[in-house]
Amino acid sequence: MAVKDEVIKDAKFNLRDEVISAGSKIYPKEEMERFKFCLQCGKCTGGCPSGRRTNWRIRKIFEEVSLGEKEEVFSDEGLWMCTTCYTCQERCPHGIHTTDMVRVIRNLAVKSGHMKEPHRKTCLTFFTYGHAVPINDEMRAVRKKMGMDECPPTIQSSPEGLQEVLTLVEKTGFKKMVEDVKK
Amino acid sequence: MSKYAYFLGCLTPNRYPGIELATKKTLGAFGVEVLDMKGASCCPAPGVIGSFDLLTWLVVAARNISIAEQMNADIMVSCNGCYATLQEANMLLQQNDKLRHEVNEVLKSINREYKGTAKVKHVIEVLNEDVGYGNIQQKLKCPLTGVKVAVHYGCHFLKPSDARKHGSSERPTIIDDFVRALGGESVSYKNKLMCCGAGGGVRANALDVALDFTRDKLDNMIEAGADCLTTPCAFCHFQFDVGQVDLSKNSGKKYELPVVFLTQLLGLAMGLSCDEVGLSNNKTQVQTLINKLSNVQMVKA
Repeated sequence: MAVKDEVIKDAKFNLRDEVISAGSKIYPKEEMERFKFCLQCGKCTGGCPSGRRTNWRIRKIFEEVSLGEKEEVFSDEGLWMCTTCYTCQERCPHGIHTTDMVRVIRNLAVKSGHMKEPHRKTCLTFFTYGHAVPINDEMRAVRKKMGMDECPPTIQSSPEGLQEVLTLVEKTGFKKMVEDVKK
Repeated sequence: MSKYAYFLGCLTPNRYPGIELATKKTLGAFGVEVLDMKGASCCPAPGVIGSFDLLTWLVVAARNISIAEQMNADIMVSCNGCYATLQEANMLLQQNDKLRHEVNEVLKSINREYKGTAKVKHVIEVLNEDVGYGNIQQKLKCPLTGVKVAVHYGCHFLKPSDARKHGSSERPTIIDDFVRALGGESVSYKNKLMCCGAGGGVRANALDVALDFTRDKLDNMIEAGADCLTTPCAFCHFQFDVGQVDLSKNSGKKYELPVVFLTQLLGLAMGLSCDEVGLSNNKTQVQTLINKLSNVQMVKA
């Protein structure tokens, strides 16, 4: 049997469909469906500034998604090397929303337990302060010196605001998902 | 004149309060009313929280937008990440009734509702559309004559272009025109539209990769003879400023290109001092730029 027949025989479209279906909950379905038009032309990887210096190959990930290679996709270190700069999405000749798809694929990877430790910590910081980067003593002093309120006029001066955000991340199940990720 | 709810995000108030200071001062000078958004949280970051759970990303964004809606004001941002999140959340929630309903169901638990009545604008759009570059030129006391500025647009101000609608993402001019309006020269440099390297959670997860982008950009700016770089994004500003300290430590080569946020550059051209636009707080030196601006002193006499 020719290699291509082997590949086609083994291909499972469940991952591709899962990605399209998850993405369609947020983005317009017709945009997500364009994923099926990918011809593996490589323009995405060709213009990718991260691909020049890392093992991130968006074309490869898209092929693996098409072939249903779930574990390879979700555990690929490269998946987290995309800076979401949108160069590939701007240039895709088939109008595939490539960068948005990367975020959808990352969502599924995280859901299946693949979350990077620094990212888990960023989330915990967000749950604690309402900011991914909160104020610190050095910056309080800088603000004061500049004649500004030491504590920024944001959620940091609003305990009730922080409570609101916590309620939201609990309601969506996000807080639990992050807390359940193994260190 | 117009009024805006200033969505500060994280980096602006918590690491670069000078950006907040300069933005409020310069816009105030043109009669734009800038209001604080008490209770506003992280936008949340599009490539971080958005990469983990898009629904949570949208729900928290919708809460932030609802704060401005209650203030009856449109939103202004000084970070491309905040811009991406809030502008896209607005678009997604307005085009999809089912999604808006789902998000509002969650917001009900905190007695809030997303209505979709507030627009989201980047500060450069406010300067271009509400103030006008022509009016800006009338107030310049210290035009940037002879100053070579490397413009870094950042990614999410321009892209995805079908959502942002600022025209070509490969040949933008809005910030180059701004620099020219201030009397400066916008230098062209190799890979000008390339990312700073920080986004998408890369800075947090793989700092060396993020810095490799940054080094590439800085080398190209320096080669073009830039006196400073300017950004419309607090996160890019952070990456370039702190990044130069890291690069100087790691590479042995000294990186010291002044990093100036758009409204800080405007403030300098309006005759404000380095302290008055909050530039003294940068980790990378700015003295070489200040020396170029003969009428500006480090501390106003």
